[in-house]
Amino acid sequence: MPGQLIELSVWQIGLAASLVVASAGISLALQLGLHGRLLWASVRCVVQLVLLGLMLRWIFAPGRQWYVVVSLGLAMTLIAGVVAFGRNERRYAGMLLDAVISVWACSWLIAGVALLAVVRPEPWYEPRYAIPLLGMILHSTLNGIALGLNRFTREVYDRRGEIETLLALGATRREAARGPIQEAVRTGMIPTINAMMVMGIVTLPGMMTGQLLAGVDPMQAISYQIVIMFFLAAASALATSGVVLLGYRRLLSADHQLLLERFQQ
Amino acid sequence: MTSQSAPMLEAVRLRRLHADRQHCLLDDVSLAVHAGRPLGVMGSSGAGKTLLLRALAMLDPTDSGEVRFQGHVARRASVPWFRCQVIYLHQRPVLPGATVEAALRQPFALVAHRRRRFEEARAVELLGRVGRDASFLEKPTANLSGGEQQLSALVRAMQLDPVVLLLDEPAASLDRDATLAVETLLAEWLEESPGQHSYVWVGHDVEQTRRMTHETAFIHGGRVTREPA
Repeated sequence: MPGQLIELSVWQIGLAASLVVASAGISLALQLGLHGRLLWASVRCVVQLVLLGLMLRWIFAPGRQWYVVVSLGLAMTLIAGVVAFGRNERRYAGMLLDAVISVWACSWLIAGVALLAVVRPEPWYEPRYAIPLLGMILHSTLNGIALGLNRFTREVYDRRGEIETLLALGATRREAARGPIQEAVRTGMIPTINAMMVMGIVTLPGMMTGQLLAGVDPMQAISYQIVIMFFLAAASALATSGVVLLGYRRLLSADHQLLLERFQQ
Repeated sequence: MTSQSAPMLEAVRLRRLHADRQHCLLDDVSLAVHAGRPLGVMGSSGAGKTLLLRALAMLDPTDSGEVRFQGHVARRASVPWFRCQVIYLHQRPVLPGATVEAALRQPFALVAHRRRRFEEARAVELLGRVGRDASFLEKPTANLSGGEQQLSALVRAMQLDPVVLLLDEPAASLDRDATLAVETLLAEWLEESPGQHSYVWVGHDVEQTRRMTHETAFIHGGRVTREPA
């Protein structure tokens, strides 16, 4: 019911912006040194969102072809993969490919289930559904992959002595890497699980808030939010497990050797 | 058993290149380990001793050549089985587990050892050879001295009944008593099954290496020679 949404004027947005300026003033008064970064972040935020708005207005226009939506989805996926890779402290040869493959396979699988089996918009690539859904799923996979992969490489490197000892005593590569794999997948999934635990108690999720502001019935908004959280949990679990298993196969060879030289300096 | 008998473990023209693909870390290395005739490997620091030992345990990839155990080459699924027979011991042992007993029990959780069970009597017997009693099993691994760690690692390997042990400077930085304990443990292990066990001893001490082995190979710049460089 978009009719119930109160439209914001430029002046109203400017009033909100004055609060950021006030925050910058606090930073200046307390000599935090953050005022420059805060203002720069605010400018970036405005520019990025305006560009996004213009792009979404173009994408959401009636009659868009499926390949336009898929192309935008692919670009979003590629960026998410690169960002997930970039957040790692310790890198290995092939890590970028592993991150992109995991982001792509897991988010598109879950987005496919969401669009084709659960939400079922008409047509299936309807941009108003496909783009926001894929965006939220990508965000969840990106976080899971970045956290899981970072933990995995750190565990493998820090516990290299233990892994090598197990291999020398006859362990398979999977047995030797079991501890790091479990730790990494657990680390990647914890944020999503925590978010689900406090959902509706501590936080009112952004998508649901948006729907409520747009005048959607609260129970309908909640139904969407529940479904979304399940998608995000599944995407996070799949992506974290997937990327950790890909990384494990790169760092431990089929001949059950720990390939530390694959770590890049 | 003579050196002309079929070797238990054999390196055949092992070659490993440096990451720059220009220099050889192991250059056409061939050697054989025979039953009951421990082999010493000597060389200066950085000569390739540890790399050779790790290559024999198949813990590192090689560019060419092969490692044969009792005439067969281990690949992929058979590598864990090979490493049950040929156990590499790190210079600085890692003992996962809160106590010595927990560390000794750990290998039995692996699929490769699933047909075996931890035998406390065997562990106590091995420890008894170096003057430790059953109470040593209760000792926290965090409180072990360097010598005790090395002894625990040796017992952990020996209780698995391997055929060949690959010892990477097992007495390095150990005091006299601990060194003697390591030597005693190895000598008695060889004697308990004559002609069935062997080991490769990598060391710096010429006298000790000669005392502990039947023959010595020298490694220099990744190449194995019969004479010191």
